[in-house]
Amino acid sequence: MAAEHLILAALGTPLVGAVGIALSHRTPNWRETVTLTTAAALLLCVAALLPGVLAGARPALRLMEVLPGLDLAFAVEPLGMLFALVASGLWIVNSLYSIGYMRGNDEANQTRFYICFALAIAAALGIAFSANVFTLFVFYELLTLITYPLVTHHGSDKARNGGRTYLGLLVGTSVLFLLPALVFTWHVAGTTDFAPGGILGGRLDGLALAGLLALYMFGLGKAALMPFHRWLPAAMVAPTPVSALLHAVAVVKAGVFSVVKVVVYVFGLDGLAGSADWLVAVAGFTILAASVVALNADNLKRRLAYSTVSQLSYVVLAAALLAPLSVVGAALHIAAHALGKITLFFAAGAIYTAAHKTEVSQLDGIGRRMPWTMGAFAVGALSMIGLPPAAGFVSKWYMLSGAMAASHWLAVAVIVVSTLLNAGYFLPIVWRAFFRPVSAEDERHPHGEAPLPMVFALSLTAAGTLALFFSPDVPLALAQQMLRGLP
Amino acid sequence: MNLAAHLPALQVVLPLAAAPLAVLLRGRGAAFMLVTLAAWAAFAVSILLWLQVNASGPISYAIGSWAPPWGIEYRVDSLSALLLMLVCGIAAVVLPYARASIERELRQDVHYLFYAMFALCLAGLAGIAITGDAFNLFVFLEISSLSSYVLIALGRDRRALVAAYQYLIMGTIGATFIVVGVGLLYLKTGTLNLADMGVRLQEMTSHRPVLAALAFLTVGISLKLALFPLHQWLPNAYAYAPSAVSAFLAATATKVSVYALLRFYFSVFGETAVFKRLPMEDLMLILALAGMFVASAVAIFQHDLKRLFAYSSVAQIGYIVLGISFDSVTGLTATIAHLVNHAVTKGGLFLLLGAVMAGMGGVTLARVHGIGRVMPLTAFGIVLCGLGLIGVPGTAGFVSKWYLILAALEKGQWWLVFLIVASSLLAVAYVWRFVEAAYFHAPRADLATVREAPAGLAIPAWTLVGATIWFGLDTSVTVGSAARAAAMLLGGAP
Repeated sequence: MAAEHLILAALGTPLVGAVGIALSHRTPNWRETVTLTTAAALLLCVAALLPGVLAGARPALRLMEVLPGLDLAFAVEPLGMLFALVASGLWIVNSLYSIGYMRGNDEANQTRFYICFALAIAAALGIAFSANVFTLFVFYELLTLITYPLVTHHGSDKARNGGRTYLGLLVGTSVLFLLPALVFTWHVAGTTDFAPGGILGGRLDGLALAGLLALYMFGLGKAALMPFHRWLPAAMVAPTPVSALLHAVAVVKAGVFSVVKVVVYVFGLDGLAGSADWLVAVAGFTILAASVVALNADNLKRRLAYSTVSQLSYVVLAAALLAPLSVVGAALHIAAHALGKITLFFAAGAIYTAAHKTEVSQLDGIGRRMPWTMGAFAVGALSMIGLPPAAGFVSKWYMLSGAMAASHWLAVAVIVVSTLLNAGYFLPIVWRAFFRPVSAEDERHPHGEAPLPMVFALSLTAAGTLALFFSPDVPLALAQQMLRGLP
Repeated sequence: MNLAAHLPALQVVLPLAAAPLAVLLRGRGAAFMLVTLAAWAAFAVSILLWLQVNASGPISYAIGSWAPPWGIEYRVDSLSALLLMLVCGIAAVVLPYARASIERELRQDVHYLFYAMFALCLAGLAGIAITGDAFNLFVFLEISSLSSYVLIALGRDRRALVAAYQYLIMGTIGATFIVVGVGLLYLKTGTLNLADMGVRLQEMTSHRPVLAALAFLTVGISLKLALFPLHQWLPNAYAYAPSAVSAFLAATATKVSVYALLRFYFSVFGETAVFKRLPMEDLMLILALAGMFVASAVAIFQHDLKRLFAYSSVAQIGYIVLGISFDSVTGLTATIAHLVNHAVTKGGLFLLLGAVMAGMGGVTLARVHGIGRVMPLTAFGIVLCGLGLIGVPGTAGFVSKWYLILAALEKGQWWLVFLIVASSLLAVAYVWRFVEAAYFHAPRADLATVREAPAGLAIPAWTLVGATIWFGLDTSVTVGSAARAAAMLLGGAP
């Protein structure tokens, strides 16, 4: 199959899957089979694109011309390849997990849940493969709208309010900032096509350049840069699989992926020199402030959500440093954080399903009852802190090297301090789970691990987190190719 | 005799002749068949005209072979061709819907009169778009207005009578202003032919009566197009008219008035006279912005969905007028594209609201609780149209917003860019009131067994919903025509 067809297949597979899920709504076993088959087919399509991209091919597909000169078009470049691999690979694992979670908790409207999930993945792939800012914007907005029913899945007042914050901030930022940025880019450059080295060609400088960068950075609200981060904790009202795949992987990664993509392919690293210092400061502030909030959060999902806010800003910070090494680190962190954070969310959901616990303070001794879950949680925590042998170490290493190479001591300090903070809010959980005795109250409610599919899924992602430390070759190669253009 | 040469006449004659014939036939089935066939034929004619204009430039047709400027000229250029296609296309979709809809909403013995009035209204609106004669334009305006007063008054709710009366008063004042304006122009130029008037006005040295004419026409037409703050008649008229009428008028009546404004401004007075010598840019800008924000804000607090979306129309008219105020090709492209885009979106929306009315027995927010569960398709269609109003990419509304923002950027007016996008956030607020009512509440106990809308209502409605999406992805017809028309109005290529 030609690479162009593979792109179309990758975008179309989840759509076809969504129809299949809708048709099989009466037989849940069939429906889940359709989901898993679709996810597997999608991963095959995406993986089939990989060898070509690694060898330097840049397959492209032009779908239609929407406005004169403005196409809905796709092109696979290394960074998008990486994001697509992460999103489609984790969809399979997440589907396994969802089946255990949704059945274990007797959730309502499961068919709608799986349909929206498939559509959200399609939108994420559209973002990954977008050939220009316009296409990226289209799928970015679609992703927001499609995930809204997932966030508000429970239909309660709390879900509705969470949904309001979610939608208000994401649509608000994208309409207020991203859309003007897009039109302005078109107005200045006459194109919005991503190109190595940027497309502005020095036509903007000083205030206008920094202003456009600000419009993009705050407009890409999914990257959760402060002060537009509130949607992320609000989205935690969703069922845990949604938090796991969407708010640890697809949605937030769509945000930081777009940040890196815009910095590298619209502005160009050289084109931004001197205009991105403020962004380092804002991202640094977000990293630290979110970590402090996480430190004080007792609700486990809330702690994870603020940890995500903080980790996302690592990517923004690394991109804003404009040093090649740190930008490689940014790309790597997209993959590394995805694997680690999905493990953590999976573990949180498993704890909720098996023990009905949501607060950190309730977790005394739970590691002895759920050793697999908490073992995986420990691996994920290591990755967040950036310790070997977890994937987070590799990306942090590159970021730190980049910051030092650029002699950006503020950034170095931020990374060091935040590592300590990360340790400060993750290690106590692990310690509590394994070394504190089970409380007297809990002794009377014995429970074991969560349903098997869930445990399997979270063990798999934990293993992936470790594997990425020992062999980061593929993501590394993709990240480096992104900067060199061609191998 | 070559039929193709008489297409411009057929465009108006078909629906105009259908009206009295429908009255003579009296049977509601026969009247429906006749008027629908006339509308479809008119739609076909408008497509042929559009193709012809695109291929070989503007068409001039002398009624009764009396050569212009003495006789009445019908003139089809890229702008009027687009408008004709819009008006006839919407009529062609709404009429089949009307059959199923008025079955529930009107007494059977007035059905044939409804069809007759509908045909008259269509003839009037098409006539405005096609005529090249100022007085003839006024006559068609009156034909369409009088018939629409009747159509609105047919509404089941007794408040429809008051709404129609209110519209009648305001509409008549508007028409009076227009006829005074036309009279003044005739006095100064001695001609009623629009193109001829335009030529003669360029040679004028004394301006006062011309300025007066401009003022009268601006106020009169602004009343008809419901420019803020002259929009008072619109919400009630849309809210209490029969569903099919709300949809047809919302999609066409104000749009044709905008056409008349464009015609007078750019083809008669000329861009220089309106925008360079007078502060019209600022005036229209301020009124447009006020409409966008005030009407959107009012829409957020409505309890009746028809009123809510009627106020949204006033806000959207703000966008349309904003495009005119830029006085640039991009701005006019935005205006003309949004004429079409908003017409299909709002038309579809009101058709769906008619289906809601049929199923749930009303369109207040409290009544449509849980409609996402009992009428899932209809509710989803309303959401799609709502996204079109917000201007989400992939819908027609996005295309218009794109050009508006681009036009503001071309002028270097960043503050306007932010006002435009901010006002679309207000649209999110009012659309989401429906979303939350539809999906976050259980249906009322007595409405829990309501079924999805019948095909007779659903198919026409979804045709327009589909068009909303289609025009968001393939803009060759809308933006293509709009860009040609804008260039023509500003004196470029035809």
